[in-house]
Amino acid sequence: MIAERPLAVLVLTALLAVPLWALAVDEPFTITLATRAAILALAAVGLNIALGMGGLVSLGHAVFFGIGGYAMGILAYHAQTYTPLEIFGLSIEGTKSMPVIWLVATLVSALAAWGIGLLSLRTSGVYFIMITLAFGQMFYYFAISWSAYGGEDGLSIYVRNGFPGVNTLVPIQFFALCFALLCAALFLNARLQAAPFGLALNAARQVPARVETVGLNPVRLKLVAFVVSGAITGLAGALFADLNRFVSPTMFSWQLSGELIVLIVIGGVGRLMGPVIGACLFVTLEHWLGGITEFWHVFLGVILLLIVLFARGGLVGLLTGKEGPHV
Amino acid sequence: MKKLLLATASAALMASAAMAEVKVGMITTLSGGGAGLGIDVRDGFMLAIEQSGRDDIEVVIEDDQRKPDIAVQLADKMIQSEKVDVLTGIIWSNLAMAVVPASVAQGKFYLSPNAGPSALAGKGCHENYFNVAWQNDNLHEAAGAYANTAGYKNSFILAPNYPAGKDALTGYKRFFGGDLAGEVYTKLGQTDYAAEIAQIRASGADSVFFFLPGGMGISFLKQYADSGVDLPVVGPAFSFDQGILQAVGDAALGVVNTSQWNKDIDNPTNAAFVESFSAKYGRLPSLYASQGFDTANLLISAVDKADVSDADAFRAALEAAEFDSTRGAFKFGPNHHPVQTIYAREVIKEGEVYTNKILGPALEDHADAYAGACKM
Amino acid sequence: MSFLLIAEQVLNGLQFGVMLFLMAAGLTLIFGVMGLINLAHGSLYMVGAFAAAAVAGATGSFLLALIAALAAAALAGAIVEMVVIRRLYAAPHLDQVLATFALILIFSEGTRFVFGSFPLFLDIPDALSGPVTLPGGIEYPLYRLSLIGAGLAVAAGLWFLTARTRIGIQIRAGENDREMIAALGVDISKLYTLVFALGAGLAGLAGALVGAIQSVQVGMGEPVLILAFVVIVIGGIGSIKGAFIGALLVGLTDTLGGVFLPELFKLFMAPDTATQTGSALASMAIYILMSLVLIWRPSGLFGVRL
Repeated sequence: MIAERPLAVLVLTALLAVPLWALAVDEPFTITLATRAAILALAAVGLNIALGMGGLVSLGHAVFFGIGGYAMGILAYHAQTYTPLEIFGLSIEGTKSMPVIWLVATLVSALAAWGIGLLSLRTSGVYFIMITLAFGQMFYYFAISWSAYGGEDGLSIYVRNGFPGVNTLVPIQFFALCFALLCAALFLNARLQAAPFGLALNAARQVPARVETVGLNPVRLKLVAFVVSGAITGLAGALFADLNRFVSPTMFSWQLSGELIVLIVIGGVGRLMGPVIGACLFVTLEHWLGGITEFWHVFLGVILLLIVLFARGGLVGLLTGKEGPHV
Repeated sequence: MKKLLLATASAALMASAAMAEVKVGMITTLSGGGAGLGIDVRDGFMLAIEQSGRDDIEVVIEDDQRKPDIAVQLADKMIQSEKVDVLTGIIWSNLAMAVVPASVAQGKFYLSPNAGPSALAGKGCHENYFNVAWQNDNLHEAAGAYANTAGYKNSFILAPNYPAGKDALTGYKRFFGGDLAGEVYTKLGQTDYAAEIAQIRASGADSVFFFLPGGMGISFLKQYADSGVDLPVVGPAFSFDQGILQAVGDAALGVVNTSQWNKDIDNPTNAAFVESFSAKYGRLPSLYASQGFDTANLLISAVDKADVSDADAFRAALEAAEFDSTRGAFKFGPNHHPVQTIYAREVIKEGEVYTNKILGPALEDHADAYAGACKM
Repeated sequence: MSFLLIAEQVLNGLQFGVMLFLMAAGLTLIFGVMGLINLAHGSLYMVGAFAAAAVAGATGSFLLALIAALAAAALAGAIVEMVVIRRLYAAPHLDQVLATFALILIFSEGTRFVFGSFPLFLDIPDALSGPVTLPGGIEYPLYRLSLIGAGLAVAAGLWFLTARTRIGIQIRAGENDREMIAALGVDISKLYTLVFALGAGLAGLAGALVGAIQSVQVGMGEPVLILAFVVIVIGGIGSIKGAFIGALLVGLTDTLGGVFLPELFKLFMAPDTATQTGSALASMAIYILMSLVLIWRPSGLFGVRL
C-alpha cells in the first residue's frame, strides 16, 4: 500500500523517465507514445473534474476535445494557406503560434461547455449522460458535413505549430511542453480539490439539498466545474491535433468520449493521478496488445471488465487500498 | 482464420529475414467494420511478395482500426522506429490525407493501393506519392460515361454527405450528359433508404446512380430490389466487390458497375493472379486484392532497377511502371496516378457464387481531372 | 411534392419508428426493472442478425432463422446477465457504462473472429418479397408492412405481459420495490435473468428482422444502439409507452427531416448548398429533438423516476 502523494510523484517521474530513456537509446517513437499518453491524460484530468468532483458523467466530452482540435486546425489552416478567416464580418489572420492557439482552444471550449452545461444540467443521472451524448453527436455530424474544413477527410497541417524558444518538431521538446501543461492541470486540480469551491462541489455531488440550505446553488457549482473541465479537455484537443498534425471529426465521436471515461475508471475516479495512470496504461495496452493480435479489442474488453468488477476505485484504489468517491 | 494467420506468419517470417534491402510499412484496416478491404489489400500484396520469392523486401504490417489518429501514430512509428523506406496500405481517403502529406514530406515513398483523394492528385501532388488504384472520381466518371452510352437521359443520384460522396456525384455529373431528376445526400452510415427510394419512385427518373460503399450499399440494394422500383441502377465497383456481393445476393444481379479491374480481364498475369489467390486464400479476389497485388509488383519492379537509397533513380523506376499488371498494360500520368481503361461490368451468378462479368470499356485510357493542377 | 409521396414518407417514418421500438423496448425494460444502463444491447441485436443469417444459410427457412435469432440473443443475454451484469446492479451508472462498453468490444471482435470480416447474407422470405398496392395507390414493400405488423404485435404482447400476467405483476413490483417482492418470496435473481433474456431476445429479433433488408456485419448494432437510447430518453427511461411514442417521434423526425429539410432550404438557397445544408441539419435533427425534449421535460415525456 502506498499513499497518494508519493504515488503522484512516482507516476509523474516514470512518465518523464520513459521518454528520456527513449531519447538515450534513440527510440523516438516511444517519445511519441509518451506524448500521446500525456495528452490523453490531460484530457482525462479535465473530464475528471466534472466526473470525479462534480459527479457529472459526461458522455460528450469529445465535443471539447474536438473543439480544441478544430481551433488549432482552423487557425493553422488559415496561416498555412495565407487566407484570412472571415467571421462576423471580421477578417482574422490565422496563426501558427501555440500559445495563441491554446488560448483560443481553451476559451472556445469553455464557452461551449458553458452553453452545453447550462442546458444539460437541467437533467441529472442517466438523462445527463444521454443529453451530453446527444450534443456530442450533433457536433460530430456537423463536422462531417462542414466541407469548408475538410468534412470527414479532416484537415492536415503540414508543419507542427511553434512555441517561442522551443523546437516543437523535436519529439522530446514537444513532449516537454505537453508534460508541463499536464503538471499545471494536475496542480490546478489539486488546488481546486482543497479549495472551498472543491469542498462545496464535493458536497453538492453527495447531498445537493444540504448545500442549498447553506445558501449555495448546487447547479451553479456544477456548471463552473463543467466549464473548467471542458476548457482543460479543449486544451488537450489542441495538443492532440498538433501531435498528429491532423484534425478530423473522429475527435468528436462518442467512442472517444467513452475512451476518456475508460481512462479515468481504469486509473480511479476522482483521484488526482487516476487519469494519468489510466492514460499510460491504455496507451501501453493499445500498443502492446495491438502488436500481438488483430483481435486485441477482445483482450482490452476483458481487462476492462476485470477492473470494473474486481478493482473498484481503479488502479489508484488498488494501490492505495482505498475506494474512491462514489459517483 | 487459418489463412489470416498464415499471412501474418509469413509477414513475421520476412520481418526476421536479415539484411533486407527495402523496408515497407503497410498501414491498413484489419479490425472493425471495414476490415474486409484492408485484409484483401494485404493478402494481394503479400501474395505478390511471396511469389517473387525475394528476401530483400521486408514488410511490416500494422492495423489502423480505420482511425486517422492511429494511422498517423503508426506512420510516425514506421518512419521513426522501423525506419521504413516505403509506406503503403491505406484504404480510406481521410486516413490517407492524414498520413500521406507528412510522410512524403519526410522523404518517404508512398504507394497508394486504394484511396485517391483529389487533393493529392491536383495541387497537393508530390513526386514521392504514387497511386496504383485510381483517383477517387475515376470510377464515378466512368459510370457517367456508361449512362450516356446506355441512353439514360434523366438520372437520380445519391451519395453520403461527406467529401468522397460529394466527389462521387461531381464525378458522375462531369461525364453524364443527361438531366438530373434528383440529387440526394444521405447520412454517413445510414442503413435505411426507404425515404430515398420513395423519392426515386416519385422523381420520374429513368436511371439511378449511387455511391454507397460497404454496408450502406448492401442495405440500399436489398431495399431497392424489394421496393418494386425497377429503374436501371449504375454505380462504382465499391458496392459490388467480391467481398460484399455474397451478402447482397440476388438483389445485385444484373446491376452494371464500373471498375478498372475484373477477374475476367484477359491476360496471363490476371489469370495466374486469380488462380493463385483463390488457391491460397480460399476465396475469389476482389478489386482491392488486385490493387494490393499490383502495388507489390510495381514495388518489386522498381527494386529490381534501382536502389531505394537513390531516391531519384528509384522514383524514375516507379514512374516507368514496368511490371505485369492484372489490368494489362499499366502507365502513370504526369501526377503519378494511373491512366487506364475503366470497364462497365455486370453482376452475374456463377454456380453458387455472385461475381462480375465485363461488358466493355466505359472510358478508355482515362486520366483524372486534376492532373493539370499538379506542379511536380 | 405530391400528397402520395408525403403519405409514403410518413409510412416510412412509422416503419422506422416501429423497428426502433423493438430495440428500445428491451433497453427500457431492463433499465426500468433493474436500473441498468446496457450499452451492449446493440451487440445482442448483432448476435440475433448473425444467428439468423447462419441458420437461414444452413436451412433456407426464414422462420427458423427468426427463432434462432430470438433464442441465440436470449441465451447470450442470460449468460451475460449471470456472469457479468448481476454484479453491476448495485454499482454506480458509471461502472455499468464501462462494463457494458467492454462487452461491446468483446462481442464485436468475438463475432468477427467466428464469422470473419465480410458481411453475411440474409434475405427476405419469398412470401413477403415485392411491393403491394395500398389504398390510395401507394406501392409499398410487403416486407416493410410486415415489419410494422410485427412491431405492433410485440408492443401489444409486451403490454399484455406487463399488465395482465403474473410475471408482469412481479416485474412491475420489482421496479417499485425490490426488497419487498424478494420478501414476498419471489426469486428476484431468476426474475432479473428472465427480464434481461427477454430484452435481449427482443433485440435479437429486431436484428434478424432488420438484417433481412440491411447489411449483416460486425458493428451493425452501435448506430442503432445510440438511436435506441435517444428513443428511451425522449420517452422517459423505464416507460414502455414512452419508448413507443419516442420511437415513432424519432422515426418520423429522421425520415421526414431527411426528405423535407433540403426542400425547405431550396426555397431560399442555391440547390447545391441547400441539399448539403439540409442534409447536414437532417443528420443532427433527432439529437436536436432530444435535447429540446430534455430541456423542456428533464425526465423525458413519460419519465417519473430520477
